[in-house]
Amino acid sequence: MSELSELYQQVILDHNKKPRNFHKLETANRRAEGYNPLCGDQLNVYLDMEDDQVKDVAFEGSGCAISKASASMMTQAVKGKTKAEAEQLFNEFHRMVTGELDAEEDPNNLGRLKIFAGVRDFPVRVKCATLSWHTMHAALNNQPIVSTE
Amino acid sequence: MKRGQGADLRMATIVEQLVPIKAKPADVWDVERIRKDFPVLSQTVNGQPLVYLDNAASSQVPVMVIERGSQYLQQEHSNIHRGVHYLSMKATTAYEGAREKVKRFINAREVKECIFVRGATEGINLVMHGYGRKFIGAGDEIIISAMEHHANIVPWQMLCEEKGARLRVIPMNDAGELLLDEYDALLNEKTKLVAITHVSNALGTVNPIKGMIDSAHKYGVPVLIDGAQSAPHMPIDVQDLDCDFYAFSGHKMFAPTGSGVVYGKASLLERMNPFQGGGDMIKSVTFEKTIYADLPNKFEAGTPAIASQIGLGAAIDYLNIIGREKAALYEHDLLAYATERLSGIEGVRIIGTAREKLSVLSFVIDSVHPHDIGTILDQQGIAVRAGHHCAQPVMKRFNIPATARASFAFYNTKQEVDQLAAAIEKVIEVFG
Repeated sequence: MSELSELYQQVILDHNKKPRNFHKLETANRRAEGYNPLCGDQLNVYLDMEDDQVKDVAFEGSGCAISKASASMMTQAVKGKTKAEAEQLFNEFHRMVTGELDAEEDPNNLGRLKIFAGVRDFPVRVKCATLSWHTMHAALNNQPIVSTE
Repeated sequence: MKRGQGADLRMATIVEQLVPIKAKPADVWDVERIRKDFPVLSQTVNGQPLVYLDNAASSQVPVMVIERGSQYLQQEHSNIHRGVHYLSMKATTAYEGAREKVKRFINAREVKECIFVRGATEGINLVMHGYGRKFIGAGDEIIISAMEHHANIVPWQMLCEEKGARLRVIPMNDAGELLLDEYDALLNEKTKLVAITHVSNALGTVNPIKGMIDSAHKYGVPVLIDGAQSAPHMPIDVQDLDCDFYAFSGHKMFAPTGSGVVYGKASLLERMNPFQGGGDMIKSVTFEKTIYADLPNKFEAGTPAIASQIGLGAAIDYLNIIGREKAALYEHDLLAYATERLSGIEGVRIIGTAREKLSVLSFVIDSVHPHDIGTILDQQGIAVRAGHHCAQPVMKRFNIPATARASFAFYNTKQEVDQLAAAIEKVIEVFG
């Protein structure tokens, strides 16, 4: 059960209950829809890009606690970042939850996102944690729809 | 030996009938003894005894079936129908013997009406290709229901798209019961097929298919029944139902994956196009013309899943020995107990509250996504399904993204239901 408490940490439960930037973004100039056909999770990520920078970001949709909290914290993490920085964070986040990157040992910029490290012990939940990131990545690159399958 | 086995089975059936089972099914059902027949159940998962409540997805396999498969692989393995040698004849006898058991299991008129397929999905696709593509055309209508598994939606959509036919859907009420008046209103002279599930995999609803089949027949419309969830849990009599097709999967009824059956009335099967072309489904082949084999071989191109289908035959033997009616009564009792236990937990809402239900208990918890429920239950050794259960339109109907689903078999216990209830309390505790 200790793995369970590492997965469902208080911060994650809090973001699930009160997701940040959880709304449609009227000023968005990029949008992508992320979809996990396995479980039916679906979310939209909105980006307001100014030149190369994420000026504002928001999301809406439905999903489990892991996917919702991850989306919520993703929006906080990429706001204000350049495209390259956001892509770099996605890369590190993905490597962390798949066990390729040790967030405590290896150099990274993950910061508070490290609380998702516990996901690596739940391989079937990796897609939940990364759905919003894949979707953000798709929006950055002007792909309207992304599926985790 | 085969004869002896048959006699034993008949004896078992007679003995079962003598047991007064109506009064207190749980008392006469020795579940602990039954559980010993299923080796997989004795393991621990995440340090807890496995509580397997995902039977609607795949059920577990008893020793009798495992040993039959093993015996085939060790002593009889060979290709069927085409060898004059000893092993091929042994394999053919075992394979066709399994078909004979299927025939009795569903009370088909003839053995040749039982076509071996990979599972219910392939069975439905066989009917779509063999019957639908030949007899359904532009402007025709196919009726399905609002509670179908994707396996009984998508093939018909594909057909409608190809032919310009129209898919009509019988709606359901908030309890998860089909609206039969609406069904009657949908039937008309354009209707060419009705394809409905016997038991909903997402809700557990048992549909009143006998009457629905009667209604369709008044318009001369054939009816396909998706029996994936009913065949493992209730006695099936295709002659009494008078259904035209009935498809089910072996892996949901205590047999290996890759086994399954689609029953069809011989008169229809004979008029249909073959499904796949290849070896074993022909009488003769020249480059100018191929003459197809008679039933059932016409629909069984290539080498089938011989070991799996023989396993299905053994699973049928097993069900006959333990007593299907008795098992069904026990499962009914268990579902009632589980419904009562889960209803008593604040924040739990049961999805699917039809009067006639079987084996499936879908539920949601306020503000907890079913995936999180599934993970937390798994950590406590409890296997449930979390998701849309390949029935996305059902989820949409109830305006939920997914459910958690506990589905029972005759080897589950009330104690396991108590563990489920305790684990759900734990979920609620984690999410505060």
